[in-house]
Amino acid sequence: MKFSEQWLREWVNPEISSQELMDQITMAGLEVDGYEPVAGKFEGVVIGEVQSVEPHPDADKLRVCQVNDGSQTVQVVCGAPNVRAGMKVPFAVVGAVLPGDFKIRKAKLRGQPSEGMLCSESELGLSESHDGLMELPADAPVGTGMSEYLQLDDIAIDVDLTPNRSDCLSVKGIAREVAVLNSLVPQQPAIDPVEAVHSEVPDIRVDAPDGCPRYLGRILRNVNLQAETPLWMQEKLRRSGVRSIDPAVDVTNYVMLELGQPMHAFDRNEISAGIVVRMAGAGEKLVLLDGQEVELTDKTLVIADHEKPIAIAGIMGGEHSGVSADTRDLVLESAYFDPITLAGKARYYGLHTDASHRFERGVDYELARDAMERATQLLMDIVGGEPGEVVEVSSAEHLPEERVIDLRSRRLADVLGLEIDRTTVETILARLGLRIDKLLKEGWRIVVPSYRPDISIEEDLIEEVGRIYGYNNLPVTEPTGALGLRENAEATRPVSAINSYFVSHGYQEAITYSFVDPKVQTLVDPEREGIALANPISSDLSVMRTSLWSGLLKTVAHNQNRQQSRIRLFETGLRFVQEGEQIDQQPMLAGVVVGPHYPENWANGRRAADFFDVKGELEGLFSLLGIEIEFHASRHPALHPGQTAELTRDGESVGWLGTLHPQVQKNLELNGTILMFELSLNSIVTGYVPNFKEISKFPEVRRDLAIIIGSDVAFADVKRVARKHAGERLTALRAFDVYEGESLGEGNRSLALSLFWQHPERTLNEDEVHTLFNGVIEALKEELGATLRS
Amino acid sequence: MENLEQLVHDGLKAVEQADGLQALDQVRVQYLGKKGVITQQAKTLGKLSADERPAAGQKINEAKGQVEQAINAKRSNLERIAIEQKLASESIDVSLPGRGQDLGGLHPVTRTLQRIEEFFSQAGYTVEQGPEIEDDYHNFEALNIPGHHPARAMHDTFYFNPGTLLRTHTSPVQIRTMEATKPPFRMICPGRVYRCDSDMTHTPMFHQIEGLLVEKNVSFADLKSTVEEFLRVFFERDLQVRFRPSYFPFTEPSAEVDIEWGREEDGSIKWLEIMGCGMVHPKVFEHCGIDAEEYRGFAFGMGAERLAMLRYGVNDLRMFFENDLRFLRQFR
Repeated sequence: MKFSEQWLREWVNPEISSQELMDQITMAGLEVDGYEPVAGKFEGVVIGEVQSVEPHPDADKLRVCQVNDGSQTVQVVCGAPNVRAGMKVPFAVVGAVLPGDFKIRKAKLRGQPSEGMLCSESELGLSESHDGLMELPADAPVGTGMSEYLQLDDIAIDVDLTPNRSDCLSVKGIAREVAVLNSLVPQQPAIDPVEAVHSEVPDIRVDAPDGCPRYLGRILRNVNLQAETPLWMQEKLRRSGVRSIDPAVDVTNYVMLELGQPMHAFDRNEISAGIVVRMAGAGEKLVLLDGQEVELTDKTLVIADHEKPIAIAGIMGGEHSGVSADTRDLVLESAYFDPITLAGKARYYGLHTDASHRFERGVDYELARDAMERATQLLMDIVGGEPGEVVEVSSAEHLPEERVIDLRSRRLADVLGLEIDRTTVETILARLGLRIDKLLKEGWRIVVPSYRPDISIEEDLIEEVGRIYGYNNLPVTEPTGALGLRENAEATRPVSAINSYFVSHGYQEAITYSFVDPKVQTLVDPEREGIALANPISSDLSVMRTSLWSGLLKTVAHNQNRQQSRIRLFETGLRFVQEGEQIDQQPMLAGVVVGPHYPENWANGRRAADFFDVKGELEGLFSLLGIEIEFHASRHPALHPGQTAELTRDGESVGWLGTLHPQVQKNLELNGTILMFELSLNSIVTGYVPNFKEISKFPEVRRDLAIIIGSDVAFADVKRVARKHAGERLTALRAFDVYEGESLGEGNRSLALSLFWQHPERTLNEDEVHTLFNGVIEALKEELGATLRS
Repeated sequence: MENLEQLVHDGLKAVEQADGLQALDQVRVQYLGKKGVITQQAKTLGKLSADERPAAGQKINEAKGQVEQAINAKRSNLERIAIEQKLASESIDVSLPGRGQDLGGLHPVTRTLQRIEEFFSQAGYTVEQGPEIEDDYHNFEALNIPGHHPARAMHDTFYFNPGTLLRTHTSPVQIRTMEATKPPFRMICPGRVYRCDSDMTHTPMFHQIEGLLVEKNVSFADLKSTVEEFLRVFFERDLQVRFRPSYFPFTEPSAEVDIEWGREEDGSIKWLEIMGCGMVHPKVFEHCGIDAEEYRGFAFGMGAERLAMLRYGVNDLRMFFENDLRFLRQFR
């Protein structure tokens, strides 16, 4: 809502500065978004009269004018096409300063002397309009300063209203609020019923009274729409950000800005028979005032005549029935449309109008008649005409009910945290127009005025009292509720611990969008289809991620394109997978590593990070979490077929670790060997609570062996077989060397293992260990085809 | 016995000339070993009379002692030199950087959220999570934003279908907590939220953190202290805070909170909108099966990116989601 301060002060004029006024309404909950002067900064501009216009002897597009500035007549060379003798225009005399610090000096234009400049609206910072000179009314007093004449010492204040405060979408509403804040009474212009001078009335039928509980119409005959809208009205409209069109449109807009009632004027002679307010038939068409044709749905309330729709109710009129300069007879509409019926309709048609903005939020349902009388009077003042009777069709059962709400003083004090004395509360209520219908033992029975549709329950009244009392005048106290200790599962580690682990291992946390490019996602996770947004912001952010890899790989690309060769990133967050009817939203932990394993320096070398670096980091994480995870060679469409591990816990898959498939890498235009992992967070965060075991006092025995074994036999299998035969006293088994070389023969590798035994209650004897050790060797030979390396 | 004096003299000279621990040990063996020339002198004692023996023996012992002492002195000297040489050879350039992995860092938004979680955890708030793909009921209806409500226009919502959407705020987590928990309780819910809007000052995804306290006897005055205290702790300074009446469908009364952020040209306080808050709307309680006559509650919510920008001086919201390492590394 944008309005002129001057206009507001015509209604209510507290003795405070503009800044204080704006601060005051901001603190009352009507947030001032900004303000601007209503004109550019200028001086030395007066009303001038063009007395004669002659062609310029040496320039086709210039004229030589004689201009009276009130004290003398001077020659001015002017290039505006609309300059003519007799017109009154803003005249910047020699010495004037126009916006942008533009000084007017004596000059010669193509040889002709020019003393001053005739101005357009844009040159005075009044509008963007470049349609030639600004023409002033014939009665404008020559010689008077423009600032004085247009009362330009004014600002336009823009208030960003919350959707509940529809009552403030008018100067009247803002004035009401300012009056409350300053204990003043707003001054409303006198609105008297206009007497009918003829008996013609519009034929109005309301077929949809739930959508239109009240409709008023009046015929105004023999108007002259060629008349000019008076400058004072044009100026008020302009300062409210509304363009002047013609007197009929200007008056309806003016009344809407002044009182808050959107109105419409139809050309009576374009209405066939009578007006019907009804729901549109599906598929009915209407060309709107803005020229676009819309196909209506049966959920749309329309104003129709006996043949066709002529307006979308409360949103926009039709072109055909709209007024033009030639219109002779008007039908004026002033109605109350139901907010719920209109909700979302303007948006559906891609429209947002001042009228729809107000009707959707709720217009004062008792305002229509005042607005009709006000508009009639203003129109007659400008375009003349003969008014008829006002016809009102209303349905009491569909109009909003008068709201009566009890406010308990106890509740008021409990919610605000302060006992406000009765008199103060009653004064605030009275100033807000919240009439006390009855004093109750425990409080007040309040009747809510029709212009406050937002007040419907006790809490709304409490807010009103608190708001006017001042939130900042309320006390500050600590919540006093008891604080018990909370459950805290020791075996479950918080995500913050996982974050810290990765941070201390050189990973940088990333946060990438949850919606990703479907092309990237298909490369990373071709077997699952991402859930698509119906209204994505762009095609590369249009499907929900099924894996955190999509976003992380895009981040790798972003950084590689910025000369970052060493990238270690991790992210936690949800991934979204459609599972039949359900959407699985699972928290995941993912990481991506590329480039040198260590930061480059004199001691670290340049070795690229490989699978086992990342695996080691994950193993460290699993130790931290106290869980056992197995790594199985497996296949994943995004990963290198020979460098992929599926991770399982107790046989259940918990995630993947591997090297990005070279083809996918090429398609994504990424460099280097890219290692990636992704784990289901819920599957890994819960480990165990430690349980002490006695420390053995007896020595540990170690035996090493080296075997030659097929390269296709996994270490995991070697470990499994060895374990099985090493007996229950085996405490550890480690691979301490892995070697592949020609000497071993094609397809073979050498594995060196060390095994450790220990007994809790006695020293193991040589023979026992020897037997177990040989058992392991024999099993490896028999079950896995290993040979002992000599 | 002149011989003995000569031997001591030679011995001391040999000690002096020994240029290393090995050479010194050879001197020791040569003079003082079992077959050493001074040790051997003891054999001459047998030739002496019983009267002479003690004095002669003492002389030999004195001679041995003299050489031994010299050897020991020389040894410790040589050892000291050797250690010094070793240390000198082992000295390193301690100014060279250390070896191994460097430190990563948390994303500034996570860092901000974790700080806030810590503050509120200490005051007895639990940290709750919820789905990001939400249903219309939890995101709007239950929060007193029915289908026709103009406040829906304030939320540029991403939809999957008419009933399923990306949550536009973390408030649905409040609803889910109230549905699942019996009051009294205190909770906060940090997380990702989504609005269909993208320009200089909007990203289609961002983070909110909201708080909710439901108890039998809680008031707007308690909300004020919670918010003021939080802002003071977060920014680690005393700053002026003001509460401005506002509107949210799910709270009544509602307020926007402004903080003092510098001065205007005329010296007046420059206010900056930082968060929204209010008392839980009775309709919201009703949707969650909580008796609004018995319990009251307050709720507050804020944008994590905005707080992070103010706290760390970040001037472009979009940087948070570019994940440029040169940006992220600044928040270690």
